[in-house]
Amino acid sequence: MVQQDPGPAPDSVLEAVGVDKSFAGVHALRGVDFALRPGEVHALIGENGAGKSTLIKVVTGVYRPDAGRVRLAGADREFRNPLEAQAAGISTIYQEVNLVPLMSVARNLYLGREPRRLGLVDVGRMNRQAAQELRRFGVDTDVTRPLRTLGLGAQQMVALARAVQVDAKVVIMDEPTSSLEPREVDTLFEVIWGLKAQGIAVVYVSHRLDELYAVCDRVTVMRDGAVVHTGEIAGLERLRLISLMLGREMSAVREKGATAFEADRSAGAGGRPALRATDLSLRHRLHRVSLEIRPGEVVGLGGLLGAGRSETAKAITGALATDSGTVEVDGTRLQHRSPAAAMRAGVVMLAEDRKAEGIIPNLSVRENIVLAALPRLSRAGLVDRRRQDEVVRLFMDRLRIKAAGPDQKVSDLSGGNQQKVLLARWLCLQPKVLLLDEPTRGIDVGAKAEVQALINELAEDGLGVLLISSELEELIEGSDRVVVLKDGRVVGELEGDGVTEDALLGALAQDADARDADTRDTDTQDTDAKDQDKEPTP
Amino acid sequence: MSPTVLPPTTLSSGPGPGPSAASARLPLRERLAAQVQRRGALAVLVLVAAIASATSATFPTWSNVSSILGNNAFVWLLALGMTFVIITGGIDLSVGSLYALGGVLGAYGAQTGGTWLAILLPLAVGAGWGTVQGLLIARAGMAPFIVTLAGLLGARGLLQAVTHEGATTYLVPAGSWFRNLGAGVWTPVILVGVLFALGGLLLTRSRFGATLTALGGNENAALLMGLPVARAKVLVYLLSGTLAAGAGALGSARLGSGVTTIGVGYELTAIAAVVIGGTLLTGGSGSIGGTVSGVLLLAVIHNLIDHYFSQYGSAFTDAVNGAFLALVVLLQTLLSRTQQLT
Repeated sequence: MVQQDPGPAPDSVLEAVGVDKSFAGVHALRGVDFALRPGEVHALIGENGAGKSTLIKVVTGVYRPDAGRVRLAGADREFRNPLEAQAAGISTIYQEVNLVPLMSVARNLYLGREPRRLGLVDVGRMNRQAAQELRRFGVDTDVTRPLRTLGLGAQQMVALARAVQVDAKVVIMDEPTSSLEPREVDTLFEVIWGLKAQGIAVVYVSHRLDELYAVCDRVTVMRDGAVVHTGEIAGLERLRLISLMLGREMSAVREKGATAFEADRSAGAGGRPALRATDLSLRHRLHRVSLEIRPGEVVGLGGLLGAGRSETAKAITGALATDSGTVEVDGTRLQHRSPAAAMRAGVVMLAEDRKAEGIIPNLSVRENIVLAALPRLSRAGLVDRRRQDEVVRLFMDRLRIKAAGPDQKVSDLSGGNQQKVLLARWLCLQPKVLLLDEPTRGIDVGAKAEVQALINELAEDGLGVLLISSELEELIEGSDRVVVLKDGRVVGELEGDGVTEDALLGALAQDADARDADTRDTDTQDTDAKDQDKEPTP
Repeated sequence: MSPTVLPPTTLSSGPGPGPSAASARLPLRERLAAQVQRRGALAVLVLVAAIASATSATFPTWSNVSSILGNNAFVWLLALGMTFVIITGGIDLSVGSLYALGGVLGAYGAQTGGTWLAILLPLAVGAGWGTVQGLLIARAGMAPFIVTLAGLLGARGLLQAVTHEGATTYLVPAGSWFRNLGAGVWTPVILVGVLFALGGLLLTRSRFGATLTALGGNENAALLMGLPVARAKVLVYLLSGTLAAGAGALGSARLGSGVTTIGVGYELTAIAAVVIGGTLLTGGSGSIGGTVSGVLLLAVIHNLIDHYFSQYGSAFTDAVNGAFLALVVLLQTLLSRTQQLT
């Protein structure tokens, strides 16, 4: 690899010039110009379908452009596959961890370029190097373990270490933080700053605006396959950024707020709670978690990653077996705890992992919607096609599902529409309580607003909703009440006007301080005790 | 014993020990399951052999052991090749037919051209056959099951053509050096042992082996990592075909002729041995050592069934084999679930 002289370095290390790309008539990229300077962190943003992924795939050799050029360090390049792009110094980290779960951590890190001796892989050296390398990324683990036994965040770090380790000039990160915890995000930022210091350019794709402002120098906004803005990120107002992405007027965004929830929706009336969970406990994960959801109320579940939010929702449906605790629906205690029983009682859950736990990609929209409701839509074991069609049409209209028709394959739809299909699946069971685990994760801004508006409507119609979201503003604006969890315990509850970002952060922070104080006390005592023990020793 | 007590967490000082470090060890149940998956076949083999040795007077005799080893060793090469194929998530149904074809070609070569032809002809045909299958699978994107099923039928057909539908039998000349390769117990066992050892080295210590495992575990990831996926796929079927035809040739050296009716269903036995040895049928994980345990276990059980149930006939042997395999697959599924592989 030729070392670039820092002096007469070209203006752009990586450039796309007038790139066009179509798929079966769909114009995915239209004359895209994109320039990356050495040592900069460049945000690439846009709604789903804006062309970000396609652009990345063009510059990394997955796709070949129909027209236009890709230039690396000032020279035209045509990469025929990712390997060639990688060899030329372009490394990519994909959103979904693209490693081999069954192989060891060290193997994953070095696949394809293992250190060798006499033509054989030098396993000892590989493992030592891997352990050393990963410690720099905050992953301190036995590198001979299969990768799958690591947490998602640690896996993402391995992918990152792998990408950086090759002699890279450019590192492309596609939503690298979607599975990271806050602490790991900090580590990622440190790594990015380290890369920057070495003069390596980073393309950073993310939906999380906070991160962009924290780590990026410049930003390129794409919409409908074209670049609509490129410039410094400092000084660019958030609202302007959002309006650029959405192609809407800034004033409209400002007026409607950042989310599509209506601020003044009347909270659910009093009366009997639609759902009451009492003292749910599960060893190490949940400690006497109790909460109530009244009809027409959106109850937010706040807390950091690992606080037990998903566990609480799963415990309510019975998907997670609890050690103790009861669940009542409409005042009736559920005897058998299983998702099927909860469903019969009127409690349904939209799982966090759309791909793994919900959508059946090869089935049609119609089939995906009616799957759970089949028993109700059947007579004597036969599916009543006419009633099925009615239900499907009803929900496709009501949820504004954008599909060519009920027979289109679900995998062809965008993430947001897939989420709506799932929502329709549960809604056609006519539930009383809807548990939503990260309903807007990974879907684009526009679809997000629609899903948020839907949640609003559903609550208006009298449905009790439990909303889990790691986006503060979504939680704050969407919930009538927020139950705050920390380490599997309910540590606070915000209500009415008290549902604010400050209050939520306060609830989390306050508890942390108290806990720290506790720990310190114990430590001091321990140390004292130890010291006393030591004293008599001659 | 460390006298200093550190605060449990230091939040500010960069990347500290996090959840990744906290879970440095897997739960005992998962570790146990992984061990059973890896060494279960070996444990059962030892157990079965021990019981058989204790209860039967004939089992532990040298004549019995040498007949188990000598008569089966070459067929085990099919399982060696199959291990590689299954680790990539594929399957090779053609090996039984290629084994028979290799045998006939070996005998034909020995009869018409001498030892070199007897060795090279089957290897070349097996390699060519495997390469074509590999190309159809890797480049044309066809399903391995279909391609190699066609290969199974095609190789049988070619065999029928070469032998004029069994009317012509090729014999290895009595004085041919080629016969030495298959004679006795030690030559086959050492030959096969060396090939298995090389296979193990290839799988665990070469980049090719790592590529195979990676592509079986997550083909998309392997592609995006820039590994030579298509080439590895072609090579793995080439390897399997070559081993099958070569094994057939060695078999003909032992038998002294090319037997046309041999090899039917051998591909299934090979798959069984590989799976019993702990290689995941879905690909991505497996070992040559496991396959060694697998073939030995099947051979020992076969021997015992022959010994104890010979009056019921060979059909009974197949039934017991089938039941045993079903049991193993069930066990593997449970083990995979315990390890949360799926």
